Amino acid sequence: MTALTRQPRGTVGVALVLAVFLLAFLVVPVVKVIFVAFQDPASGAFTFVNFVDFFNTALFRESFANSLYVAFMAVLVASVIALPLAYFTTRFNFGGAALIQTLGVIPLIMPPFVGAVAMQLLFGANGSVNLLLDEWFGFTVPFMEGLNGVIFVESIHYFPFILINLSAALNNIDRSLEESAQNLGAHGMRLFRRIVFPLAMPGYVAGASLVFLKVFDDLGTPLLLNVNNMLAPQAYLRISSIGISDPMGYVISVMLVLFSLLSLWTSFLALRGKDYASVQKGGGGLARRDLGGREKVMAYAVVIFVLLIVLSPHFGLALLSFGTIWSYSVLPDAYTLANYREVFETSSQYITNTLLYAGLAALIDVVFGTAIAYIVWRTGVVGRKWLDYLATGALAIPGVVLGIGYLRTFNDITVPFIDKPLASWWVIIVIALAIRRLPYALRACVAALHQVAETLEEAAENLGATKYRSVRRIVVPLMIGGLLAGFVTSFATAAVELSATIMLVTSETDAPLSYGIYVSMQSAAGRGPGAALGMIAVIIVGVATYLSQRVIEKYRREQTMDGQLVPAGGAA
Amino acid sequence: MSTEPVGVTIEDLHLSFGSTQVLKGVNLEIEPGEFFAFLGPSGSGKSTLLRAIAGFGPLPSGRILIDGEDVAALPPWRRNVGMVFQNYALWPHMSVRRNVAFGLEERKTPGTEIRERVDAALELVGLIDLADRRPSQLSGGQQQRVALARTVVVEPRVLLLDEPLSNLDANLRVQMRRDILNLQRQLRLTTIFVTHDQEEANTMSDRMAVLNEGVIQQIGAPMALYDHPANLFVADFLGTANVLRGRFSRPAAGPRFVSEDGIELPLAEPPAANADAGVVVLRPQSINVLARSKPGETGDVVLDGMVRYREFLGAVIRYGVDVGEHLLLVDHGHRPGERVFEPGTEVAVHVDPSHIVSLTE
Repeated sequence: MTALTRQPRGTVGVALVLAVFLLAFLVVPVVKVIFVAFQDPASGAFTFVNFVDFFNTALFRESFANSLYVAFMAVLVASVIALPLAYFTTRFNFGGAALIQTLGVIPLIMPPFVGAVAMQLLFGANGSVNLLLDEWFGFTVPFMEGLNGVIFVESIHYFPFILINLSAALNNIDRSLEESAQNLGAHGMRLFRRIVFPLAMPGYVAGASLVFLKVFDDLGTPLLLNVNNMLAPQAYLRISSIGISDPMGYVISVMLVLFSLLSLWTSFLALRGKDYASVQKGGGGLARRDLGGREKVMAYAVVIFVLLIVLSPHFGLALLSFGTIWSYSVLPDAYTLANYREVFETSSQYITNTLLYAGLAALIDVVFGTAIAYIVWRTGVVGRKWLDYLATGALAIPGVVLGIGYLRTFNDITVPFIDKPLASWWVIIVIALAIRRLPYALRACVAALHQVAETLEEAAENLGATKYRSVRRIVVPLMIGGLLAGFVTSFATAAVELSATIMLVTSETDAPLSYGIYVSMQSAAGRGPGAALGMIAVIIVGVATYLSQRVIEKYRREQTMDGQLVPAGGAA
Repeated sequence: MSTEPVGVTIEDLHLSFGSTQVLKGVNLEIEPGEFFAFLGPSGSGKSTLLRAIAGFGPLPSGRILIDGEDVAALPPWRRNVGMVFQNYALWPHMSVRRNVAFGLEERKTPGTEIRERVDAALELVGLIDLADRRPSQLSGGQQQRVALARTVVVEPRVLLLDEPLSNLDANLRVQMRRDILNLQRQLRLTTIFVTHDQEEANTMSDRMAVLNEGVIQQIGAPMALYDHPANLFVADFLGTANVLRGRFSRPAAGPRFVSEDGIELPLAEPPAANADAGVVVLRPQSINVLARSKPGETGDVVLDGMVRYREFLGAVIRYGVDVGEHLLLVDHGHRPGERVFEPGTEVAVHVDPSHIVSLTE
């Protein structure tokens, strides 16, 4: 990089502010959690006794085993769903490919806990599917029995991570790599085993470890399915029922962080030095062939079957929100708008809170993300890489852990003027959301920054603009499309965050939608309104995702039209 | 490697991508042990033809005979023709050694023999020391050699090279050109290579086929094609050419050509029988510019011209000379200190009739 020798004092100041923010709201709370886990509750001395207690308690051992089991099984089931879909889209000229692409994002729009109860009604012991199975064939399938339910719900929500990563890996295999193997005598299964599979493996492992991490850390789904003998629910229950001084919550937190780090590390190892996307010019992707008539019917049948399952939480949620009573029957008894009316009359604060919190959090993410991206990639501030590492490190911190850390760290800090502990002020929810979404927003900002060639900035400085002015007048306007997309993505995912939120909400008036859904779904009477809240959340997130896709597309079109405005290649 | 080289025959090969016809009736006979080039611009079908021989791409109609056996319907893995891909297509997840061993493993060769032959192949291309590297740790030229070793180690019946030099920089290209040729001579392997670069085709091939729009325009040795192009496309594609359009006549004094704007040229060889209208092709180096006062070679045709511009190309000076309504390009070998003509100078343009190529259209 050039022109890094002299740093304006302003840049260093901004970097310091960012560092303090990340230290205060990410590093300190997490360190605190780890610290407490190794602290004797009575004397405060360093000890392993908490961990010994943890492993001596049958419930915790069982929870630990269950969490591992559920995460592994979810990866397995998600793979079973994702593999054929990835295979169809990359191997065949198949009209359903577009369908699969859409299908790939739909589950990501809604977090698994929202549809969990609806899934119970569709696939539970007395749910629609089992009632029909029993009537027609005389047997039932325990889809939602205990841990099965968690595995089922999680895997149909998170399989897109595998689908997307695996498809990308397959598409990045240069056709000539396959052809050269055929030329040397390999074909069929051997070709697949020796060439295609090893080349696609890193993409698969990256996707699978992401699924593992998401499932292992998830709090909302097991809670709503009333499965409490898993790690995340145990941490939450210990803290919320016994209090923030109970060491077990902290021990579990350490375990959660450890496994998150482990799965991220696996994904890193899988991808490291294996940038097989170094596809040279020419035919990217494997050779595709047309499907025959019968094959086409089969392929569509598989895709539609998967689509039905993937959409069932949305479908069930819609039924639940419009239904009157739905119990021991295939469909609700009657349909009504009463649930929506009730939601808008009594709990509209959930909606406004969500818009406010998620909006603020996304704003913080984009502003901080841009600043970090700029400082890391375009300045020479000492230690700038650490801003990136810290912000990205939030990926490894499960929401429950962050929530516990905030409670422990900020309970003693009183906010001036309102005379409340910081830990129970609504702003802390916004900060938690911002921290949790920052890694994703940061990547979006870095990508947007790379679109802007460094020479464009240098040209502005050459013509007399100060650093600040050239960033404001040249860099940020050129990044705006990417930033908007980052904002919307942060907003959409923050709007349905539950695991940190649930720890930090102190009153219903301050609670966002996700908390409202959780609370409502606890009782049979609240399910209808809860589902209505869920539908509202889905609509908010869906609209936001749609808008961000539009923005990205529009931005791309402009970029290609004005190729000269943003020289190809960009900065290093 | 002891096997006798084999011939390749292609008979009436047609091939389409969807409704686009890419090869339109290709007929070709490649001799055993020959180094043969497919030369043509992009989109001419030369790569498609090569890939069809290897068994890639849509199923063609017609016959592809290797050593007399029709392979057109065989899958790629049953053909035993070795192909080196343009981008080398080395598998990034395998070491150099494992890349080279792959084909032998597929052929169920015993382990000890695999080791020996892989070592021999790597020795042959001078990369034995890098056997345990990953492809990504090699330079472009080294990757090219690994790709070659990987292909020849299985002792294919025919070696196919798809634009083998296009991803190398200029210096390496000249070196690699010789290395590939030496390897081919050493292994006595029937070799076909595809290129869009006439210099590559000229320097490396025994014979070549010039392709355009899915049709073979001409087959022959490089020099023969350059000197006696069968049509305007070949003449133009193999090097800079002055093209004059006009009519042929056959008076008793010998055949003549008169261009549309009245330039008269005697022809050393008569044009094809009963051809009336046609073109003549003059290479810039077969024409000479001299001062009006100087005598030329006896037998030369002398035309009056005026220099319009001058380009210094290093080895030659290229003049653009107005003759009649034509702008003729004339190359004059450059020797230090020799007089050059300024634009606007009136000059005499000398043409040796035996260098004039006449073509019917």
